[in-house]
Amino acid sequence: MSLLDIFKKKSSGSVAKDRLKLLLVSDRASCSPEVMEMIKNDIIKVIAKYMEIDCEGLDIQITTTESDGGNGNVPALVANIPIKEVKH
Amino acid sequence: MSEVIVVTSGKGGVGKTTTSANVGTGLAKLEYKVVLIDTDIGLRNLDVVMGLENRIVYNLVDVVEGNCRAKQAMIKDKRYSNLYLLPSAQTRDKSSVTPEQMVKLVDELREEFDYIILDCPAGIEQGFQNAIAAADRALVVTTPEVSAIRDADRIIGLLDAKEIKKVDLIVNRLRMDMVKKGDMMSIEDVVDILAIDLIGAVPDDENIVISTNQGEPLVGNSTLAGQAYMNICKRIIGEEVPMLDLSGGTGFFSKIAGLFKKN
Repeated sequence: MSLLDIFKKKSSGSVAKDRLKLLLVSDRASCSPEVMEMIKNDIIKVIAKYMEIDCEGLDIQITTTESDGGNGNVPALVANIPIKEVKH
Repeated sequence: MSEVIVVTSGKGGVGKTTTSANVGTGLAKLEYKVVLIDTDIGLRNLDVVMGLENRIVYNLVDVVEGNCRAKQAMIKDKRYSNLYLLPSAQTRDKSSVTPEQMVKLVDELREEFDYIILDCPAGIEQGFQNAIAAADRALVVTTPEVSAIRDADRIIGLLDAKEIKKVDLIVNRLRMDMVKKGDMMSIEDVVDILAIDLIGAVPDDENIVISTNQGEPLVGNSTLAGQAYMNICKRIIGEEVPMLDLSGGTGFFSKIAGLFKKN
């Protein structure tokens, strides 16, 4: 391992911790991949009424975010939905 | 007043049986009257870890089915006269016992013992449900690995749902050399993720293998793991014990030696 690597690389312990934190949020929210898929499809259905969206580029995840109340991290649904065209 | 403690983990192979044996023996060393119950029906192991495998006549299923009385099935430990083991059945399966039957048996034993330790099987199916049905408190055993921690988190959720009053964490198989290099999650990392109270940490100590080979729990002896388990027992009975330094050999010479050691 070169000196440069020490600054570049994240230790495997902190990689494990970060992975677990994300994983447990979705475990605790009890959202199976099937449920996530259903949520995704419903969101597409609703938005498709008003605008044309890029279903391929759509990304929906449950992650954590700093709560406004200041009581640590809370689960949040984050959706990134590329719009192709707004219907009139 | 007696207390019923279930030792559980979700994942297999993280040290539930070793922990049960050492906690049970440690509490007996502290002069409490203790019974260990192996609830892993079909995969009996607590008897060999305790070194009592040659003395089994009746088992847990015999007691539950009324083939014998609990007193007849319990084996008195060879070292401590106030320590007993109720072994599991080897040729039956988990459905041989129901949660209601476990509650009834444990309630009967409460009158005679200070501590009843339930060694839980891996998994979250019926064996787990049987073991936690009668418990007042739980010791959740995990190792600093993603798989074990994920399962422990699931178990903690299930224990919460069953309204087990007190749930404490044991971080097992810690390797401080790896933690120092950043290649293993630290005790603090694990506690931070699981967000329950820590009751102790046990190092990855080769003496555990030796003691299991001999069928003699090492709790209370001079090894690092033996001290760690004794501290856990003292915390169970409510004593305040400072956390053990698990890094071992941090003296001047070992530090010098460490400087020259290649990874």
